[in-house]
Amino acid sequence: MRRQLQTMRKSLFDQGYLDEQFVQLEELQDDANPNFVEEVVTLYYRDSGRIILNIEQALERKPFDFNKLDAYMHQFKGSSSSIGAKKVKAESTLFREYCRSRNGEGCMRTFQQLKKEYATLRRKLEAYFQLARQAGPVETACRPK
Amino acid sequence: MVLGNDASSSSLSNKNLSVLVVDDDPLIRMLHDNYLKHFGLKPLVVENGKEAVDLFQLGTSFDLILMDKEMPIMNGVEATKALRDMGATSMIVGVTSRGSPSEMQAFMEAGLDFCFEKPLTFDMIDFILKELNVNDDDDTNN
Repeated sequence: MRRQLQTMRKSLFDQGYLDEQFVQLEELQDDANPNFVEEVVTLYYRDSGRIILNIEQALERKPFDFNKLDAYMHQFKGSSSSIGAKKVKAESTLFREYCRSRNGEGCMRTFQQLKKEYATLRRKLEAYFQLARQAGPVETACRPK
Repeated sequence: MVLGNDASSSSLSNKNLSVLVVDDDPLIRMLHDNYLKHFGLKPLVVENGKEAVDLFQLGTSFDLILMDKEMPIMNGVEATKALRDMGATSMIVGVTSRGSPSEMQAFMEAGLDFCFEKPLTFDMIDFILKELNVNDDDDTNN
């Protein structure tokens, strides 16, 4: 089961879902904080869900307030970066570029893609943490090559 | 003071450092709090610049302040300026999502010692603590 866990973890990095920042979170996990990474990710999805909702509502109002959209996405990108959500962060960056160039179509298209990546990552991380709980405590994870 | 080559080995020297984390994002507060605890520190955590300024006005001083830029009520630029105007000599390190050179420059000009782009990493904290310990060592020798 630990091998399965390691394989799952490696694929999250190899497929570009996670970056080095996730490893930094893992290094903060210890006996005193055995579920730290899962707690951080749970907090991320809780807080960022509100931002996603704000952006959705803002995209329903015409004309677009690109400054507000950019501000929301700035906050969302910061949180996503902090947990190492690589693909989500990339879509956030693209969205902000469309905000700056006042491209509403680009914003809407990118936002749809961002939500897909956000949901996919959530699904994969939930599966990962579930397996991790079943496998029991493991040693500090190795950095991806 | 004997300095180690990395912050984790000198966590004993870090124990006496007082640290304030200023950020409106609960996730970032949690992360920075844990990062700093990893280095043997016990940070105080507040949600905006005004709370940091209020603490200083009450007479609380800190060796290190990690200051976010974008915050409600009082942002990092305003808070940093206010702290410096009140005579705060803390090392103030800006931590911001806005990474463009001009935005970081504006934040630096408010009175920061350093400015980093989020997210913080172990290397950044290690660097900050080494700078802080070096400054303390210089003060001791003077």
